[in-house]
Amino acid sequence: MNNKSPPKPFSPEDLKRRRKRAAVMAWCLVALIALFFVTTLVQLGKLGVSKM
Amino acid sequence: MTIERTHFSEPTLALGGQGTAGDYFALLKPRVMSLVIFTAIVGLFAAPGYIHPWLGFITILCIALGAGASGALNMWYDADIDAVMKRTQQRPIPSGAIQPGEALGFGLTLAVASVIMFGLFVNWQAAALLAFTIFFYVVIYSMVLKRWTAQNIVIGGAAGAFPPMISWVAVTHQVDLGSISLFLLIFMWTPPHFWALALFREGDYEKAGVPMLPNVVGRPETRKQILIYSLLLVPTVALPCFTGTAGLLYAVGAGLLTSLFLKHAFDVYRLADGPAGDKACKKLFGFSIFWLFAVFALILIERIAQLPAFGNIFQ
Repeated sequence: MNNKSPPKPFSPEDLKRRRKRAAVMAWCLVALIALFFVTTLVQLGKLGVSKM
Repeated sequence: MTIERTHFSEPTLALGGQGTAGDYFALLKPRVMSLVIFTAIVGLFAAPGYIHPWLGFITILCIALGAGASGALNMWYDADIDAVMKRTQQRPIPSGAIQPGEALGFGLTLAVASVIMFGLFVNWQAAALLAFTIFFYVVIYSMVLKRWTAQNIVIGGAAGAFPPMISWVAVTHQVDLGSISLFLLIFMWTPPHFWALALFREGDYEKAGVPMLPNVVGRPETRKQILIYSLLLVPTVALPCFTGTAGLLYAVGAGLLTSLFLKHAFDVYRLADGPAGDKACKKLFGFSIFWLFAVFALILIERIAQLPAFGNIFQ
């Protein structure tokens, strides 16, 4: 027999909060991709690849 | 044989998952982070040598993320204490906005990501120092010293003193005397700053069972210790002038600022308990924050204006 109480459903406020958090995470991910891209260019420049 | 079906049509709320982006940001201790970022920027400018501006930005970002990770892990471990103290009751874990497990996962992810990113993009010496700083703050300070000894602030202060040294190492790849002089500035500043806070928040710490100096050795002894550590700030604040890190502007400005610091510390020592004594503690606490920003700002101004530094007498 399962004594666990059923999980509470999301309220509209919970869903709104979750959507906002997901949007912030998406922007962080985009920023991280841009960061990696620019850093790669800078490192390649330091190695002199751009002058080849 | 029948298979019990589980319906997922209605989204369900498990334990947790209710924190907003703002709650996660609060987990990073943004006010502490601002001090970390500022002192790290000064370390970056004060270090002899060149770093590409973009890598300088990555350095500050990684140090900020590492500091935020330390803050989140500290809040995870200290949730029980934070729930008791008035000053910290509204933090995301005791208020119920974020579950302890979520804070732990968030802190660990940030810690690992900041160190790896720093090592890959800048250099591994600085990344190792950042990893050690996170370890020192979370394990040595939060888990061991804070609940064990009234000297928690003295030793634990090292964690807050590392950021300018880390950014310095990002430029030079090594720890040298200049970076040690910046480290010592924050290290020696920490005890009088936090003991002044502890004097007017003593009840809070006592309720939480945290052994701060006033509730272990008493208020008169704490005032005496504040004065002693403030006097020790004098040779410490002079040190950057002898390591080739600071020049005349810093010498004059830091000298004046430290004289005022000593005046406030002496007021705390002189005006025992009572409203005047409490006011003196609050004044010292507030001024000490300004003192640290101003002293580091003087070094930054000298570097930006390209003012000459005194020679390094240790070479």
